[in-house]
Amino acid sequence: MNIAVCIKQTPDTTTRVKIADNGKSIMEEGISWIVNPYDEYAIEEALQLTEKHGGEVTIISLGPAGIEKTIREALAMGAHKAIRIHADNIPADPAVTAKALAETLKSGGYDLIFMGRQAVDDDHGQMPALISQALNLPGVSMVVKLTIEGNKGTALREIEGGHEKVSFNLPAVIGANRHLNVPRYRSLKGIMQAKKIPIEVKQAPLTAEKLLLEKMEYPPAKQSGKIFATGVEAVPEVVRLLREEAKVI
Amino acid sequence: MSTILVATEIRQGELKSINLEVFTAAVKIAKEINLTTTALLSGKNAASLAEIPAKYGIEHTVVVEDAKLEKYSPDCYAAAIAEVARQKDAKVILMGATYTGKDLMSRAAQILDTALAQDCTAYRAEGGALRFTRPMYAGKVRAEVRVASAPVMATFRAKTFKPEENPVAAKVEKLQLNLPEPLTVLEAIETAAAGKLDVSEADLIVSGGRGMKDPNTPEGKENWANLEKLAELIGAATGCSRPVSDDGWRSHDEHIGQTGKTVSPMLYISCAMSGAIQHLAGMSSSKCIVAINKDPEAPIFKAADYGIVGDIAQVLPAMIEEVKKLKARD
Repeated sequence: MNIAVCIKQTPDTTTRVKIADNGKSIMEEGISWIVNPYDEYAIEEALQLTEKHGGEVTIISLGPAGIEKTIREALAMGAHKAIRIHADNIPADPAVTAKALAETLKSGGYDLIFMGRQAVDDDHGQMPALISQALNLPGVSMVVKLTIEGNKGTALREIEGGHEKVSFNLPAVIGANRHLNVPRYRSLKGIMQAKKIPIEVKQAPLTAEKLLLEKMEYPPAKQSGKIFATGVEAVPEVVRLLREEAKVI
Repeated sequence: MSTILVATEIRQGELKSINLEVFTAAVKIAKEINLTTTALLSGKNAASLAEIPAKYGIEHTVVVEDAKLEKYSPDCYAAAIAEVARQKDAKVILMGATYTGKDLMSRAAQILDTALAQDCTAYRAEGGALRFTRPMYAGKVRAEVRVASAPVMATFRAKTFKPEENPVAAKVEKLQLNLPEPLTVLEAIETAAAGKLDVSEADLIVSGGRGMKDPNTPEGKENWANLEKLAELIGAATGCSRPVSDDGWRSHDEHIGQTGKTVSPMLYISCAMSGAIQHLAGMSSSKCIVAINKDPEAPIFKAADYGIVGDIAQVLPAMIEEVKKLKARD
């Protein structure tokens, strides 16, 4: 199987995000960058499929040269090839990224295209749908279970309060959710091998952004605990306030 | 006159609350930027729900029933949204930010070659232009965005608006569309245990962390039973932190946090949770937060409206008793 996994470099989820002076982006100093956690489920699923059926996994990511370190992190899990689509910055409009990725994916002859259900920085959650639609391929996101048999796939997709079971023909686009699998740890051997894999750099046309980020703010700080009491004695008062003040029970 | 189109999601034959919330939002926005309102109901049995949008002030309702929409497929349903938007000259398209709504609207935005403001929690109309607030970095910051192309598309997070009844005369129109062949086939829908409320749809949530202890121990078993009892008593859904779901103490669909579900209920009762930054990201937009933890230094208290420092094994039973007394007086 020939599988592509689209990944994004995101800040570590423990990062305390600070807004930059321009008021439109975050301060990048001191951030430790990781492979978007949802993308790790995508990589793991792709690796398991090629281990079972043979084939290769290609990591694809769009961004400046600086993201190559993160691409190597992805390769270190055991992927075989990598492509970086050059962009000076990662676009704020996911549609721009989707178009550039689709352009590269189109010519790759991939049986399956994986990515995380969303990136934990922008939280758009649009990419699997955009790529599937742009390539006119079957697409399922929020996938928690995937079965591939021959040319057919079946996916279990999370919805509110349940799951949908969806079938489709390959090639297809899959948005990986948590619980799809347990991503493997990077072995020392994997890390060493990843260093030797050349990262192919491609140029792709970047269209103008239509989703404009004009301002970033912190959510209003909460007044901390109106009641901050100790022990069971505090319970009657809290329950009373929930009824009379907050009016929630 | 141009319109705001509200795309809806029919699930198990009904229009869940999030659709009504977006109807209310659309009616407000339409007044501010001088547009009409149109709701789109697609799929099997859509016609049977056609009177509902008008109850919430939506002027026009478009019903699309087609053999290709018999079962849900994202590509076909998205094509229907895009086609109706074109035919009705939609300047704005709105939908609830459910998993399905987010997927469909991304696709429709791709077809219409425009952009989508996803999972918004507020809007602002200024000089006829709409700006949307959307949380990023799991709510650690919020961005104000603008869609610089037409139509303007946005999805709204559940509970952002309260549905307001505002009846107008229903004008229902059935449309025949030329839809593509569906690329995916919906084989089955598996729903969670009957009566179990999903955290993302709940108004009230009682949630437990690692301090609740392993449910396979007598102490943990009792703590979790108390948590469920309290939830049942007030009609809340049950949630948990990531370590709890990772260890298999609770089902994965209860996991609230940065890589789990994001919730903003009216009330969030946090039991024996420290309040890790990834967990806070998933619940800090709750309207009212009660934190119970034995460690007064736990970060969860910074996010809480009401904090109780105490042992969960004592505080939960006391809460159950107190709520029972309250309910007895109702």
